[in-house]
Formats: sequence, C-alpha cells, structure tokens
Amino acid sequence: MLKYLIKRVLWMIPLLIGISLISFFIMHLAPGDITNNEGAFNPKASEESRQKLRELYNLDKPVIVQYGLWLKRMGSLDFGNSFASHQKPVFWQTNDKDGNVTKGMIQEALPITLMINILGLVITLSLAIPLGIVAARKYTLWQDKSITLFNFIGFSIPGFWLSLLLMYWLGVMNNWLPISGLHSINYESLDTWAKIKDSISHLILPVVIPSVTGLAGITLFVKNGMLDVFHQDYITTARAKGLSEHKVVYTHALRNALLPLITIIGLSIPGLIGGSVIAETIFAIPGMGKLFFDSVLMRDFPVIMGILTIGSALTLIGNLLADLAYAWADPRVRRGVVRN
Amino acid sequence: MVGFIIIVSVFILAMLAPLISPYDPNNIDVKAILLQPSWQHWMGTDGLGRDVLSRMLYGGRISLLVGLVAVGIATAIGIVLGAISGYYRGWVDTLIMRLVDVMLSIPSFFLILAVIAFLTPSIWNIMIVIGLTSWMGVTRLVRAEFLSLSSREFVMASRTLGAKDARLIFTHLLPNSLTPIIVSAVLGVAGAVLMESGLSFLGLGVQAPQASWGNILTDGKEYIQFAWWLSLFPGLAILITVLGYNLLGEGLRDALDPRSNNK
Amino acid sequence: MNNLNVSLVKNTLYFICAIFIASCGKPNKDSSDYNKVYPSQTGGMLIDATIGEPSGLIYMVAGESAAAAISGNIFNKLLKYDKNLDLEGELAESWIISPDQKTITFKLKPNLKWADGKALTSDDVLFTWKLVTDEKTRSPYASDYQLVKNAVAPDTQTFSVTYEKAYAPALDSWSGLQILPKHLLEKQDIHTTTFARHPVGSHYYKLDSWTHGENLKLSRNPTSVMGQAKIDKLVTRIIPDNSAQFLELMADNIDSMGLDPIKYSRIIPARPELQKKLALYKELGNSYTYMGFNLKHKPFDDVRVRKAINYAIDKQEIIDGVYLGLGINIASPYKPGTRWSNPELKPYEYDVKKAKALLKEAGFVDLDGDGILERDGKPFAFEIITNQNKEREKSAVLIQRRLKDVGIDVKIRAIEWASFISRFIKTGDFDVVVLGWGLGLDPDQFNIWHSSQNQPGQFNFIHYNNPKIDALLEQGRLELNPDKRMKIYHEFAKVLLEDSPIVYLSAGYGLTAIHKRVKGIDTPAPPAGIGYNSHDWYIPEQLRRIEIGRNEIAEK
Repeated sequence: MLKYLIKRVLWMIPLLIGISLISFFIMHLAPGDITNNEGAFNPKASEESRQKLRELYNLDKPVIVQYGLWLKRMGSLDFGNSFASHQKPVFWQTNDKDGNVTKGMIQEALPITLMINILGLVITLSLAIPLGIVAARKYTLWQDKSITLFNFIGFSIPGFWLSLLLMYWLGVMNNWLPISGLHSINYESLDTWAKIKDSISHLILPVVIPSVTGLAGITLFVKNGMLDVFHQDYITTARAKGLSEHKVVYTHALRNALLPLITIIGLSIPGLIGGSVIAETIFAIPGMGKLFFDSVLMRDFPVIMGILTIGSALTLIGNLLADLAYAWADPRVRRGVVRN
Repeated sequence: MVGFIIIVSVFILAMLAPLISPYDPNNIDVKAILLQPSWQHWMGTDGLGRDVLSRMLYGGRISLLVGLVAVGIATAIGIVLGAISGYYRGWVDTLIMRLVDVMLSIPSFFLILAVIAFLTPSIWNIMIVIGLTSWMGVTRLVRAEFLSLSSREFVMASRTLGAKDARLIFTHLLPNSLTPIIVSAVLGVAGAVLMESGLSFLGLGVQAPQASWGNILTDGKEYIQFAWWLSLFPGLAILITVLGYNLLGEGLRDALDPRSNNK
Repeated sequence: MNNLNVSLVKNTLYFICAIFIASCGKPNKDSSDYNKVYPSQTGGMLIDATIGEPSGLIYMVAGESAAAAISGNIFNKLLKYDKNLDLEGELAESWIISPDQKTITFKLKPNLKWADGKALTSDDVLFTWKLVTDEKTRSPYASDYQLVKNAVAPDTQTFSVTYEKAYAPALDSWSGLQILPKHLLEKQDIHTTTFARHPVGSHYYKLDSWTHGENLKLSRNPTSVMGQAKIDKLVTRIIPDNSAQFLELMADNIDSMGLDPIKYSRIIPARPELQKKLALYKELGNSYTYMGFNLKHKPFDDVRVRKAINYAIDKQEIIDGVYLGLGINIASPYKPGTRWSNPELKPYEYDVKKAKALLKEAGFVDLDGDGILERDGKPFAFEIITNQNKEREKSAVLIQRRLKDVGIDVKIRAIEWASFISRFIKTGDFDVVVLGWGLGLDPDQFNIWHSSQNQPGQFNFIHYNNPKIDALLEQGRLELNPDKRMKIYHEFAKVLLEDSPIVYLSAGYGLTAIHKRVKGIDTPAPPAGIGYNSHDWYIPEQLRRIEIGRNEIAEK
C-alpha cells in the first residue's frame, strides 16, 4: 500500500510540470508583452506596475529562463500579488511589518467553492444512487424511462436559465428562499440556530441547481454499474443460494457497483470547479469561479495564473484521494493484484 | 429515434432559415419593441423590435455551427493523437497519455475563459478554443479501441501479410472504431452548445449583433419575469437540441455497440 | 424490496422538504401605506447594491465607480456642488482667489473632526495634496493637482494653493479630492495600506464592516462635521449579476437600483405590485453616447464625409428605440440647460438628401449599382466597434441601418471591455467607435480634444487635431471669469459641432428605482440629481423592514 502511495505521488510530478507549462503558455498567448494588455483607462496599469509585472515574470529574460523561474516560484507556492486589488496576495495571507494580516485571495475564495461543491456532491450522490438503483431494478420499465428522461432534461438545461427561473419563482413570487448572497444582512445579530437556518437557506439554490445538472451522469453510471453486476456470476450464485433479493442488491451488488464511482467523483473535480463561474456570478457568491472571472476581465495575470495552477493541483489531489480510497475499498488493488 | 428526429428537424429549420424566416433577423422596428407573441410575431419581438422567431432560426445556425465545428476539431485531434498513441505505443503513447492527464486536470472552463478573453471573443475563436480543450476523451477512446483491435486476428493477419501502417490504420483500425467515436462526438456537440450559451451569459460568447441562442437567451435574462418569450424560446431551443443530441448519442450507442446489448 | 426503493426516495424527498420548510420563515405581507405623509425622522437602514466590489476605499487610487459611491459617504472634499450645480464649501467655509488668479486660499470650517475624534486641519488637506501628487501614488486623478506649483498650510484652518498660471478648472478639481487623515496614513504605502479596507473619514457615515464579496455596512458618523444624516445605516450589497439584482429589488431585499429604459418604462409600470412599492426617478444623465471617427483613417479625415454621416443618422430614432424616449439630443458636450451648453447650437437634423449630396461631393458614387457607394473603386465600408453595453450596441445597430440607406456598408462588433481598450482603442486599430463621455461640470475638456493628448492610453484616441480647438481649450483654462469663460466654451462647442469629429447620439437620462419607504427625495430631480440631499432622506419607522426593527430592539 505504501509503495503504491509513493508511486502515485511521484507520478503527480510530471503532471504538475505539464500543468505549469500550459498555464505558462496561456500567459504568453496574449500578443506582445502581457503588461500591455491592461485597460488603457485603467489607472492601475501605470508604467511602474507594468515594470513590477515584468520583473515578477522576468519578461526581460529568455523564455526558458522565464519558465524555470516561474516553475521555481510555483514550487514555493508564491503567486505574487494581485495588481487589480490593492496588491492583495494571490494565494495565501501575508503579514506586514506592523503585524497586519492580509488574507490571500484564493485563501478566501477556495473554502466557499469547496464547501458548495462538496455539499452539491453529497446531494448529487444521495439522489443519484437511489435513482440509479431504481432505474437498474426497473430496467426498461416506466420507472427507468422516466428517471432517464428526467436526467436528460436536467443535463440539457442551461444552468443559468434554470437558476433565474427558480430565483424568480422561489425568491420573488413566493419569498421562500433568499435570492443571492451567502448570508442575510442581519446575519451577525442572529442566534446560532437562526444563523444555521440562514446559511442553509442561502445555500439551497446554488447547491441544488448544479447538482441537478450533474445528476444525470452519476445516475447513469450507477445504473449501468448495477446492471453489469447483476449479470456477474457471484450474484447469480448468491441468488441461487437463496439469499433474499434485498440482500443481494444491497450487500453484494451495490458495493461492487459503487466502487468505480469513487474514481468518477475524482475525475469530476475540474468540471465542478470550472462550473462554479456561472453559478457564483448569478448567486453573488465570492468563490473561486467568480474570482477567476473577475480576474480575467481585469486581466489580473497573477491571479489567473494562481487559480489555474491551484485549481489543477486540487484536481490532482482529488484524483489521488479517489485512487487511495479505491485502493482501500478494493482488496485486489490493496494487495497489489491489479493496477500499476 | 426521437433524438434523430429532433436533431434532423432542428437542422432543417436552421438550414431553411432564409426561406422560412418571416422577417430579416436584424430588421429593427422601433415601434414594435418587446411585443408579446402574436400572429405577426410568433415568438414576440426583442428590445429592438426584432422578430425573435427569425433570430432564433438564424441563431440556430450559429449555435449548431459552433457545436459542430468545435466537436469536429476535438474529434480530429482526438483521432490523430489516439491513433498514434494506440498504434505505435511506447514512449509516444506515454507522452500523449500524460498530456491527456494534464489537460484533464486543468478546469477546462477556466482554460476556455482565459484563452477566449485573451484572444478577443469571436465565433471562430470560440469554436477553436472549445475544440482544443475537449479532445481528451476521444483520444482515450480511440487509443483503447486501437489497443484492443490490434490484438484481433484480422489485424494481426494483415500485419503479417505486410500491410503498411497507414493502410492498416485507415482500412482496418479506424473504420472499426468509428462507433464509439461517433457516439462521443454526438454527445460532445451537446456539451459545446451548452458551453456557448454559458460563455454568452458571461459576455464572452458569440458577439452581438450576431444572433446565437446563447446570446438571445442572455439578452432576455434581464427581463425574464416580464418578456418571458425572450428567454423561454431560446432556453427551450437549447434544451431540446441538447436533449436531442444526448438521446441520439445514447440511441446510437445502444444500436451500434454490441456490448451494450448484453444488459 | 420494492418498498425499500420507495422509502429511500421518500426519505430523500423528506430531507429536501425539511430544508425547504426550515428556510421559509418569513411570509411576504406588505400592508404598509407608502403614500401617506410621514414626518421626517432618524433611524432605519437603506440597502442598495453594486455590481462590482470596490478594490479599496481610497478613491484616489481605487478609481472605480463602486469605490466612489461608497467612499463619497465617508470622506469629505473641500468644495461640493449644490443642488443647482453651483460650487459651495464642504470642508471649506470660504475661499478667495488672488487678483493675479493664480492663488486660491481656502478657509476651513472650525472644529472639524475625524471619526476617530482627532482634529481635521489644513495639515490633512496639505497631506492629501502631497499624496495625490506623489510620484509613487498611481492615481488617475493626479494631473489636475500636479499643476499646483506650491501648496501651504500656514495655520490649522488655512490651505492655499498657487498655480504656475491661472487654471480655471482648479475649483472644480477641489470638489473632487477626498481629504484623507494624515495621522493614519503618514508613512503608509497608499497602495497596500489596510486603511483602504478600514477607512476613517469625516463625512456622514463611517464603515462598520466589510464582508468580502458580500456587503459593506456603513453607519452614521456621530461626529460628522456636516451635521447628522437621517438614515442610520447604509448597506451596499455586492451582486454581480444585473438580473439577480433586479430580482432582489422585486423581492424587496434592496431599496434602490439603477434601471435601464425597458425596466423603467415597460416592466415596472406594467406591474401593479411593483408600482405600489417602487418610486421611479429620472434625472439628466452624467454622460452622453457618441460615435467617434478614427480621424487618421480615410475617408474620415474628410469633413464632408463626417458631416454626411452625421446627417444620415436619425438621432431621434435612437432616443425612441434605444432609450424609449428617455434621453435627449445634444449639440455640445455639456449638460443642456447649464451655463456651458451653447443654446444656439442645434444637432444635425436627419437629412438623407444632404448626406447623399455631401458624399457625392466627397467623391463617393455607386458605380456598380449594388447599393454601396464606391470611391477609387473601393466600396465605402467600415466597422463600428463598441463595448458590451446594451444601449451602445443597439445604437450601433440603428446606425448600421441608416447608413445602409445612404449606401454605406457597416459591420458591428461588440467587444468585452478590457480587450476593447487594449486591442482597439489603445492601438488605434479601429474605424469608428460608439462610446460614451461624461458630461463634466467643469467645461474644460482638454484631455479629450487637445491635439497633444493622442498618445496611447490618452483620451484623444480619435486623433482629433484642430488648431482652433487647441487654442480655445488653452484659453479656456486660463480664464477664471465665468462669463468670459462661457463665451470661450460656447465658441469651442460651435467649432466642434461644425467639424463633426464625433456624432452626438444622445444623452440618456439616469433612471433609478427607490423603494417608497424612502422619503425626502426631491421630485422632479434638481439639476444636480436626486442624490444631492441623500443625507436628508429618511425612512419612517412604520415603513422599515420588519427584520430590521427586530434587530434594533435586540440591540437596545
């Protein structure tokens, strides 16, 4: 197991280098000197800040040297300071000489996005697994068909359209849910229970809507997994042994059908992070997606580079965790029988 | 089958746009701003008095084009890289597969946003960038097909008979792996259509005054509670088209892929 | 077996329902009578929204409008414009201009205080001037203050500035500089200081809290030097999407929002429940939309062509179609009705015949009969670029059609702002733009029209170069006598209109919806707009939000 872990971690290194190459390439897509790319009417684009940027990315040096230096800085997780937001540090907080702490932009945004996505994943799974099971049990019957149709529609709806409709229906017409933001204005003055209620009600729409769109894939996956497992010998054996159908489905089949799900979840991370742009813009949530979009509009290069790299690193870590969980759950991998 | 009918009808409508559009999609009528759907304007008019139905028909061409070209690019790259990877194996294979891994770990929507913004949004840039960031699935697919096919008897046989690489690839391997490629391409078009509407929402999609479903929908979102026809019709059009592609993709998979029959 | 499936699904549904029920605690009943007359009173909370979060609240370096809206409630300036757009003192009690017109001496009001209790003196004003002109400070507003040759604060209440030569826009510039506290900012780096997020000012309000990405809360500053504002709390929510903002307005979660013409004249009037609680305000806008030619590109160097295009565009159609009638024609770059706007000037009327004649004179004829004019074998075609602004996009589309009528083939591109500036404006790589300029209160527009201001990044990006205009602009800066100054700018506007380097399209009204619970707003809006007396706005207790009332009780 340990050997597998080490192997797996080492394997991330070439990937990280690849990621750094691509984000480096993107930065150089902007024709000419990237420091020219800011708004002309943007006062922050003074010659001085441009010079700073040139130094930050060593733009006066040959490309190879630039890349090497960028790699080095990335290794020490130093992504510099934003030039659109008062030189806030891009990644993690810094302390100035007076002991004032300035929080990093990613440091502030990341937990919010992570929380929403994890909650969303929980909801997706808690809906997709039962739906998938039902669909597999009732394969080709009306239950299966209606679940499939529902999923397809969920997958095909433009998320922002559904969001706006639901915001209007639930937030304006019925006033059941808050429309946007993370907290009510009077949040601080609420008692603990009310605070929890307040937070939950603000999170419902931004968490549920992306889950609906993500539901289709996972339900289908569970359904196919279950169907595959139903045809396996051991299930037939179990059935032949006279085990109750209930036991067959929930102890034998489900476990085996759900195993590959772990990998799928790991793979879905970049999509979730990327998908947060639109949802966070609509629902006024200061997460990674909103931060990235703002930075793109402001041409705030240090932040763009920082988010691309951190986002990708997160994906790698997510995949690693998924693989480890898989290895832990599947005895064959644990014993090194299959995979690597 | 339903999917096929949907897609074919959507295509026919878009192709026939110049013939069946009741109005010029860019014809402004200041006296007919934001009219409700009526016999004159089946889908109402927009904020400049343009006929929404006509804009939907013309916009459909753009949206479908974006989807097709983007997926075309992705599929072409995927086939080439996947074929090289699966046929030659060895270090080329390793290199390509690592590249796939790298691309898969960068949140692709971030990548698309950044690139489009830096290149200035235009319909061509959008198609190219969506294409360049969505070829990884096809590559893996083609590679897997090639790997499994090359151990089959008929491929081994032609190889021993001295068939050239190119001949082998184009006459045996590629045609036999077409099914999954087509299925994934069809599903990919659905994703690309949705992607364009998302980019439009953020103001980085097809640029006005050119109509696409994405930007008609975005125009309408401001007035979603009042001028419901501005967002309902493009929203439905996207939904139905994407649904159609998905159903078509699934249908093709079930019909063409023998492995799915054993369920 | 089957039961189990069902119960799984059922449980999930129960779970969701539970969350839903937990969250719908506040029924929306609205029985207040908003139309009754209520006496002026203090207290309450006003909530508005901003699309973008300010980068900081030191306006001289933050620069964006989101920062201006909030920092303007926290910091004072020396002077301000009153409701009729005449200058009056804010921190300054009075000011004197020296006979040679080069020195202005401000006398501050007595006993001024910062919100932290420290005295506000002329030393702070001097410090602020030094800061804004410091070469380390990257301020877009520095240029006005850099013209000050010498600034002194001889005693705590006197601040005096001397210019190299008479500078007419000087007074206006002192109505724009927010005075910062020296004792808190000395020795700080203005670009990184935490003061930007924890400002201490002297105006009606002080910042209570700033939750990143969510809101900024201001409360009344008890030591305000301007007296006391009526409303206790101002909250600005950060809501990046316009449609979400409007939904919040409809759901009564924010009190005010800027509107577009469609919302103003179509949506709200059509909905009784919105009409019941929202009051609509219309004021002369602060900007105008124009179509500008790149004068370095042929054939726009030819005044006949520019005039022809001006005649060919139906401006009334733009006002009706784009602004739904909520805009006006202008013929000079000043607010109509103010001193600087020349009442004798009339906009180019819509006249296709004149347009065609002028084009013919300039050598454009349709030889091949395709409906598009040619000169030297090349068809007359160009591209209008604009940023992604609905009104500008729509104006461009209307222009496209009208120019087609006279035989000019126009393409349109709407481009995202940052690319728009860096790829097109800065590089000069464009034919025609549709953009907007502010209708400033001071007539000086040196930065926009003077031929020296055409470097990349400067504002004369259309490369306008007219010695007559240059001379007038220079003259206008030196003339402090309002009447003589007025003549100069009337002449300036006349020459500009005649030369037609840009086509004035229209000046749209500023449109705002404010909840009817907010009282004390002037209607119709005075020349300065409704906001000039926002400190006297009040929210009668009966009309306040219920949750807020509860909080206030809790606080007591």
